Amino acid sequence: MPHDHHDHLSPSGHPYREDNDAPLSYWQTMEIAIREIMIEKGEFTAAEVNAQIEAMDARSPTNGAKVVARAWDEPDFKAALLADGSKATREMGFDIGPMNLVAVENTEDIHNVIVCTLCSCYPRNLLGLPPDWYKTREYRSRTVREPRKVLAEFGVELPETTTCRVHDSTADMRYIVLPARPKGTEGWSQQQLAELVTRDAMIGTGLAKDPG
Amino acid sequence: MGGDAAGPVPNDQHDFALWEKRVDALMILGSARGHFTVDGLRRCLEDMGEQAFEDMTYYERWVASVNQNFVEAGVYTLEELGAKMAEVKARGDTYGAAQDA
Repeated sequence: MPHDHHDHLSPSGHPYREDNDAPLSYWQTMEIAIREIMIEKGEFTAAEVNAQIEAMDARSPTNGAKVVARAWDEPDFKAALLADGSKATREMGFDIGPMNLVAVENTEDIHNVIVCTLCSCYPRNLLGLPPDWYKTREYRSRTVREPRKVLAEFGVELPETTTCRVHDSTADMRYIVLPARPKGTEGWSQQQLAELVTRDAMIGTGLAKDPG
Repeated sequence: MGGDAAGPVPNDQHDFALWEKRVDALMILGSARGHFTVDGLRRCLEDMGEQAFEDMTYYERWVASVNQNFVEAGVYTLEELGAKMAEVKARGDTYGAAQDA
């Protein structure tokens, strides 16, 4: 695999992948060629490509955390979110595109987890780009077969009595998990609550953080 | 893939390279122009067969699929792509050097 270089860590603690300084690959050549042809043909501009990348970089799980915190705090909003996730999040100002967003709620008896067995469909408008493991064949293959075992690897041990629901995303149907609100957070502001909401909690491979 | 046996879920994480983000942008802008949908993207990925999922990285598969969709939609021809790729390659040996000056 040409990109498996794990020798150096970036400031964010992730291994670098080769970019400008590695030998030009066939697929990189294709990317440059497609981009330039599209710009020459007036399909879009270089500035639009850059703006798209900036928007991509700006999206992060903090968007989803705001949605979750509001749902914990406002029963009406929670009902609206569970009834129509696309509409409720759009009204909060998140551009979620034409897809259907379905929020699934974790309760004391039910734990939800999301996967895309076909590729990597993910509520990226609320969570940013998916983590690498979400796109791996291991996660995609096994989550629908032995979800409890996969969750245990993420440190989530579900009691036998808890129902585990696995949601397989599609191109135009995306899921987000509404994690259970941690105990001991009564009276917290939405801002404080949002701090407890992790990316993995919204995928279902984690739980919201305990307060304190 | 779904339901197949597989090993532990790897937890490596990397920052996306610029060229990978650009592929992502090409997909979004190309579909915003109405040339294909996410279904079209996925159809080409599925058509690549299992081996592509072993040999190619994620965004390598994506750029191949995006290209296939543009060609099928008649946005440009394979000849145009080939000529442009040759031109790009002649500019330099690294991704940075191969950008249009």
